Amino acid sequence: MTVLAGNHPGLKRLAFTGVAVALAVLPFLVDATLGRTWVRIVDVALLYVMLALGLNIVVGFAGLLDLGYIAFFAVGAYSYALLASPQFDIHASFLVLLPLGAFLAAVFGVLLGAPTLRLRGDYLAIVTLGFGEIIRIFLNNLNRPVNITNGPLGITLIDPISLGGISLSKTYALGPLTFSPVHSYYYVFLLCALASIVISVRLEDSRIGRAWIAIREDEQAAKAMGINTRDVKLLAFAMGATFGGVAGGLFASFQGFISPESFTLLDSIMVLCMVVLGGMGNVGGVVLGAALLTALPEALRYVGPLQQAWFGQVLVDPSDLRMLMFGLALVLMMLFRPAGLWPSKIRKRELATAAE
Amino acid sequence: MSRAHPLRLLVLGFALLTLAACGKKEEAPPPQAQAPAPQAAQEVVVKIGLAAPLTGPQAHIGQDIKNGAQLAIDDLNTRGVEIGGKKVRFQLIAEDDEANPTKATTVAQKLVDSGVVAVVGHFNSGASIPASKIYSDAGIPQISPSSTNPKYTLQGFKTTFRVVAHDDQQGPVDARFAVEKLGAKRIAVIDDSTAYGQGLADAFAATAKSLGAEIVAREHTTDKDTDFKAILTRIKGKNPDLVFFGGIDPQAGPMKKQMAELGINAKFMGGDGMQTPNFIKLAGETAEGAMASIPGLPKDKMPGGKEFLERFKQKFGVEVELFAPMAYDAVMVFADSMKRAGSTDPAKFLPEVGKTQYQGVIGPIAFDEKGDLKDGPITIYVVKNGQWEPLETVTPTAAAPAKQAEAPAPPQAVQK
Amino acid sequence: MDVFLQQLVNGLILGSIYAIVALGYTMVYGIIGLINFAHGDIVMVGALVAWTVCTALAGSAVPAPLILLAAAGAAMVVCMTLGVSIERVAYRPLRRAPRLAPLITAIGMSILLQYSAALIWSKQYLALPAILQPTMYTVAGATVTDLQVFIFLLACALMAALAWFIKRTRIGKAMRATEQNRDVAGLMGIDVNRIIAFTFLVGSGLAAIAGLMVILYYGIGHYFMGFMLGLKAFTAAVLGGIGKVNGAMLGGMLLGVVEALASGYIGDLTGGWLGSNYRDVFAFLVLVLVLVLRPSGLIGGPVSERA
Repeated sequence: MTVLAGNHPGLKRLAFTGVAVALAVLPFLVDATLGRTWVRIVDVALLYVMLALGLNIVVGFAGLLDLGYIAFFAVGAYSYALLASPQFDIHASFLVLLPLGAFLAAVFGVLLGAPTLRLRGDYLAIVTLGFGEIIRIFLNNLNRPVNITNGPLGITLIDPISLGGISLSKTYALGPLTFSPVHSYYYVFLLCALASIVISVRLEDSRIGRAWIAIREDEQAAKAMGINTRDVKLLAFAMGATFGGVAGGLFASFQGFISPESFTLLDSIMVLCMVVLGGMGNVGGVVLGAALLTALPEALRYVGPLQQAWFGQVLVDPSDLRMLMFGLALVLMMLFRPAGLWPSKIRKRELATAAE
Repeated sequence: MSRAHPLRLLVLGFALLTLAACGKKEEAPPPQAQAPAPQAAQEVVVKIGLAAPLTGPQAHIGQDIKNGAQLAIDDLNTRGVEIGGKKVRFQLIAEDDEANPTKATTVAQKLVDSGVVAVVGHFNSGASIPASKIYSDAGIPQISPSSTNPKYTLQGFKTTFRVVAHDDQQGPVDARFAVEKLGAKRIAVIDDSTAYGQGLADAFAATAKSLGAEIVAREHTTDKDTDFKAILTRIKGKNPDLVFFGGIDPQAGPMKKQMAELGINAKFMGGDGMQTPNFIKLAGETAEGAMASIPGLPKDKMPGGKEFLERFKQKFGVEVELFAPMAYDAVMVFADSMKRAGSTDPAKFLPEVGKTQYQGVIGPIAFDEKGDLKDGPITIYVVKNGQWEPLETVTPTAAAPAKQAEAPAPPQAVQK
Repeated sequence: MDVFLQQLVNGLILGSIYAIVALGYTMVYGIIGLINFAHGDIVMVGALVAWTVCTALAGSAVPAPLILLAAAGAAMVVCMTLGVSIERVAYRPLRRAPRLAPLITAIGMSILLQYSAALIWSKQYLALPAILQPTMYTVAGATVTDLQVFIFLLACALMAALAWFIKRTRIGKAMRATEQNRDVAGLMGIDVNRIIAFTFLVGSGLAAIAGLMVILYYGIGHYFMGFMLGLKAFTAAVLGGIGKVNGAMLGGMLLGVVEALASGYIGDLTGGWLGSNYRDVFAFLVLVLVLVLRPSGLIGGPVSERA
């Protein structure tokens, strides 16, 4: 954000107001121009912003490759769903459940981190991958002999976020504006995403943030400088997981239904792609990556029908074509911008020295 | 470093184009391509939405559903349908939900935005359930050709229907057949850890147990595995006389083959997920004698049933995989409801969908108050000389009282 | 029937399949430190090319061994071409880029391969026509087929040949040098680009053979089949010590046996509380346990500094 505004205080305030107004009217603008589908896509993008920022702490800041990040999303989602649905007939408030989900995810983060402290690089990747799969398998099978998660059937009728009789799943009219659920959730997600951005930026500049970066660059040297690498690494896992846990709770309330299908390895890989493609370690880049990789596959849905218009017939199955373009886009974006679309300054410097 | 970029781009782009060019040619161009609607003056275009996984590991089933619905749309357009005195041309809007619940809601919203009046889909229960809320809010009826999760119709929405038997219908019929007709006493049950497979296997196991059979092993695999030797070896050690599998043909086929390789002589049985031509291809010679149930009368006794299979193969160059007949009927049920209501407005024809009495290719279609398919006949098939041959049809009247009398409610039934 | 022995056989055969795929995985990793996500999909292409050849020739007068040779040849040519081109186009330009950049292009390539295959071979599950009629033998109460024995021996032979090649030949020596330090290897007069391309050539050739074995053994091919295979092979390679040829072999075998024994005995050991649905949980727990005790895998050397 600071990049845009430069150093002039007046300019900075103007830019800030501009961005704030733009974000405030965005859902209505999108609804009016692109249709309600895109409001929903924006909502989902905001969730992914949170996820990507969380993973960025682990991968981008601390340099620990995590291929099972979606597990924390699952922990948050299931802790919300189990305690706010007819499953056990408990209907707790989101004010309790979101912090609880964050806390539980952090606990799982530490549980995962503890045995993997000695592992490096790709050994860590496969263990985290396994951890993600283990969580999913448990969620899929904890319906016998005692039914906890409902297994593959998933949990339905999850309570929406509501406070004092106002439920976000209802449509409200406010003057000329109609607030449908996708609009209301947008503002909740936006607040949480902005909070994630602020926390990320502050973390990066903090003592801990610098410790993470030191570990990423050279663990031995970091240790020699007196950084307690064990605690700092565990903190990275816990902090990163927290973001996922909150996003999971929001996701459960937004969807009203969750099942283990939402938390597969492919989802973990997608979040990783967002982080790397956007620009690992740079908060702005990660936000950009999340927004882009959420929107791109949806935008590519329009490519199928275009064939009809251009060639007069459907040459390639539209859904296959869409995935082909997506794969190609991943490859090309990486080839042209190897450090990400908006790389962090340190990364940029590294790349420059490496290329010499 | 960056000098090579344009070249690289070119090479990649070229490779892609070549691949694309030599790609699928049998894909029939959608109807709107052939006829650029010259008589647009009187014609009303009615959009029917379809959502299924068209990419990813389950794409073969999604494609099957799409083909089934497309065939129905083409049939309606060739036949020419008049609703409320106006000529109507149907158009299919197919979207890929990637079998992903999050994408499913996006796709649902997209279909609603694009003005569809009815939706066929989704394939997975995990996609159908979150999407159903969006269709319900928009007042658009939804018929799932394949989602068997009992909860799908239990959310209190007036817009959710399905034209597939849910697990509590097929499982008990299979179990009764296995125990009473085949005399199975020691039964091993396997499921594929999906909502469909597990529901079916659980319902089967509960009824079989209540009829006095012993469940000697209860094993699980996944819908992505191809190696079942380990669980089959364990099953062999328990010496069952029948193995029941809740799952679909990509697993059932290799599983039957590996049973033969391990020398397991027990009978093999499953539900509609494996009553497919592909099962026979995948299991090869070992398919002989395998049994599977599927809702509906035997295809040759069904009006239009056999002809449907032939026309499908002729049009798309592939055999019906699984749910194409259900998708076909779902479209037909919508058209039928519109005709009866004399309107293509979902608000007007939605009540008529619930009152459907339609003779489809899967058998008689009627819905109960929740939107589930009313108990119809279920036919059990056996593989004989490389073909599925009908063995026995169980009519609902015979099955219904017995069901209440004998079977202690399986877990799913409690939730109903 | 001896259940335990049979489970061991099941595990070893499954392990051989994992091992053959893991060999190619580990070679690529060893030389450029890249988790080649597209490797599983090259195996898939190999399997489907073999399927095409077998389907075209099945039922003709051509004898079975010749059909299989033709299938192997075609699969190898296609896979090797693909592997080397992918390296040239998508990985080589990123050799100096941040470590995770080629990982993303590998994921992109994996998607490209999958959907190109979906266009060519459709998204249906493809059944392989019966070319071989496996003969069954009963040894000490366990059933084995000749195909199983062949797969097991082939995996062992490939590993031995590869190990010999890397250790004894000039190119092998160059590969090891490149693996240790690419820049210094270059200074020593080794054409690093050629050596890396050669590694992809061999790795992809192995993938083609793996693909043929998979489709012969299971009789079923699908455009998405590479994903799970690649994942399991990657696990196996790490378990054994990624980058090490004998590690891939050991890791593959161990993973296969753990999976078979877990499927077979979890139920009995936990009194029916857990079942075969927890197979992968146990497989991954074994992995975590091994890595906690030996952070660089069973046969791994000192911990990689590439992290």
